[in-house]
Amino acid sequence: MATTITMPQLGETVTEGTVERWLKKAGDSVEKYESFVEVSTDKVNSEVPAPVTGTLREILVQEGTTVPTGTPIAVIDEVGAATGTNAPGTEPTQQVANAAPESRESMAQSANFEPVPGFNIPEMPVKHVGSAQPVSNGHAVVHQGNGAAAESALRGASPAVRKLAREHHIDIRAIRGTGANGRVTADDVLTAARMGPAAAVGQAISVGTNFGATGAPAAMPPPAATPPKAPATPGPGGTSTYGEPIPGTLIPLNSARRIIAERMVESKHTAPHAWSMVEVDVSNVWKWRAREKDKFERDTGYKLTLLPFFIRAVVESLAVFPLMNAKFTAEGIAVEKNVNIGIAIGLPTNLVVPVVKNADKLSIKGIAIASGELIDKARRSKLSADDLQSGTFTVNNNGANGSYASAPIINGGQAGIVTMETVVKKPVVTADDAIAIRHMMNVCLSLDHRVVDGYVASGFLADLKKRLEGMGPSGVL
Amino acid sequence: MAVAASTSKILNNVEAVRETLYEAMKSDDRTVILGEDVGNRGNVFLITKDFVKEFGEERVIDTPIAEASIVGIAVGMAMEGLRPIAEIQFADFIYPAFNQIVGEAAKTRYRSNGEYTCPLVIRTPYGGGVRGALSHSVSIEALFYHVPGLKIVAPAFPADVKGLLNAAIDDPDPVLFLEHKKTYRLIKGEVPDGHYTIPIGKADVKKQGNQLTVVSYGLYVHWALEAANALEQEGLSVEVIDLRSIRPMDRGAILESVRKTRKLLIVHEDNKFGGIGAEISAMVAEEALFELDAPIRRLCAPDVPAMGYALPLEEEYMSSPAEMADAMREMVRF
Repeated sequence: MATTITMPQLGETVTEGTVERWLKKAGDSVEKYESFVEVSTDKVNSEVPAPVTGTLREILVQEGTTVPTGTPIAVIDEVGAATGTNAPGTEPTQQVANAAPESRESMAQSANFEPVPGFNIPEMPVKHVGSAQPVSNGHAVVHQGNGAAAESALRGASPAVRKLAREHHIDIRAIRGTGANGRVTADDVLTAARMGPAAAVGQAISVGTNFGATGAPAAMPPPAATPPKAPATPGPGGTSTYGEPIPGTLIPLNSARRIIAERMVESKHTAPHAWSMVEVDVSNVWKWRAREKDKFERDTGYKLTLLPFFIRAVVESLAVFPLMNAKFTAEGIAVEKNVNIGIAIGLPTNLVVPVVKNADKLSIKGIAIASGELIDKARRSKLSADDLQSGTFTVNNNGANGSYASAPIINGGQAGIVTMETVVKKPVVTADDAIAIRHMMNVCLSLDHRVVDGYVASGFLADLKKRLEGMGPSGVL
Repeated sequence: MAVAASTSKILNNVEAVRETLYEAMKSDDRTVILGEDVGNRGNVFLITKDFVKEFGEERVIDTPIAEASIVGIAVGMAMEGLRPIAEIQFADFIYPAFNQIVGEAAKTRYRSNGEYTCPLVIRTPYGGGVRGALSHSVSIEALFYHVPGLKIVAPAFPADVKGLLNAAIDDPDPVLFLEHKKTYRLIKGEVPDGHYTIPIGKADVKKQGNQLTVVSYGLYVHWALEAANALEQEGLSVEVIDLRSIRPMDRGAILESVRKTRKLLIVHEDNKFGGIGAEISAMVAEEALFELDAPIRRLCAPDVPAMGYALPLEEEYMSSPAEMADAMREMVRF
């Protein structure tokens, strides 16, 4: 029997989708639930799993083509059916409205990015992924290849395994199981968690590559948790991709890249950017973090970076300067009710800004966990549409790669974006004219001059500086 | 456990019951024993041998073969201030007294809004493995554990028998006290002298382990321990919990152990369907699903109407230490 696959609806309001890439070609066999095509909309990128096991008989829509949802995009011959013929008495074709057996919602969440302006790379305070049996490429996660076996390991995982894997941020599929029939046991997860940090040393931090800069992304280690998108194999003649650019070739724009481009241009052209910078003495915060970070990681599984301290100071300053938490509209300045902080996260091929909702209601610890979860999800392409919505202000942890100052582009109509630049030890003249060695960090602000003027912006920055300098060297997270 | 005396002696389960009943009769003249053949015959297992000589026919009462009357009369005695200990000669004969136990004794406190209580103990030998066939092998706990207001106790070790029987006698509400007859003379152990109680509703970890939790009660606790100790030689670490009380059940002890081992095996002699293991499974699934690293497993009697007399039928109905060891091994290695 032949099954016709149609363009799935990847979201409540989505009416069309683009075939981004065929992961299989005509004639290839596909397993049920195996991803065989990548489709995208302006909201979501998603791999579509096959609804049946069989052979991909025909591709009806070529890569890069956008079609309405419900349009047939491929035909799969089910196992046992002769190609092109139908067994007597069976339906000639079975229309599969949503190609995936999953709900629209879960599909929409399966892989997802909403690119936005801001062009820098934050430090990645994400727990490393470990493996009980380190795999050959030296990286802990083996998403690529043997997808069916890995997926079946996932489906067979016990509740305890799933819970522990979640807590320790470990991909079950990456673990070699020692239980019956290779089942991954709870102990296997714990072993992997224990081995994780050691195994991952030296490969973890620079997950993002600064794609706005001239550095060669290929020189960066691949991310520890690449989403399960096999790098395109160079065909005869070679195909240049964003992940593997080949000099002298043209990289076709995928929808993510196109949208990033459009929104950057839109923000830069509609919001008149002004820029300011303050230098902040973060010595005490630095000490505080150093004191807490080991215990914090033990307790929560997340690394404690400077980011949550910074976000906490930002939300406190936003409370004093609500105009910084506002947005320009034709009707007037819309002052936001909620304080939802977007965190710009650079990934090798795109940029996402997941949002810590109601960050003003969270402690430093709460922010650290919430942002840790989001960053983790971002790296695993597991952000949901909801994770990416409703940001009111954006923070960019730009210093991880040593940046000393930067001029970020404002995100999605907000009033401003602040960056944390690199922390450096510097000789500083103190209040009593002594010279001391302090941890100093620049904080840069881009603001929408339609919403606020320099008076408010500099007040905000001064307040932020005062709060950061007043934090620590101890306290309750 | 409130141990009054520091001395102890080795008793089997029959002797432990006998000593406890004797001390209760001695210490409180409200205590009355009634049942079939408890007087002149001294109970079929000789538990109350010579009691009638010492305490008289008014306190050690031979009854007709009429279980509804035994429990019905005992309920009345209890409500009016005596401390009756009714005996059902074999648990297989308890059915005529179902109404008196479930409909009367268990509801007395509630029905009278607390004005009356029913401090009644119903003792009965239960369980198989003794070639007792259809009428002397039954497990009845699941028939009664659905009933709020009724406590059910099924100890496996002599010291627990004494401590829990004392607690049952002291209890202001009805307690069904189950004595596994195969353990009666098979199981011996140290029993403290004097009066002490073990709280009803408290399980006991009889063997520590960290790879699998086995929950059981009665005879099967001993078999589970035998299996778990054998597995220790293979390097497998199994924890064995003796429920001791079936209702109230020590949920905390089970959950604590399961949270440690992440795997749960329940073994009981009673039928599987709707048995005690079903309640434990449901409770663990509700409370600790995300701690589980393997499906919960129950090793119980098959759904056949009774234990047959023929040895192969009895053996098929009962589990065995070897069968338990196999199940434990599979679960540890899962």
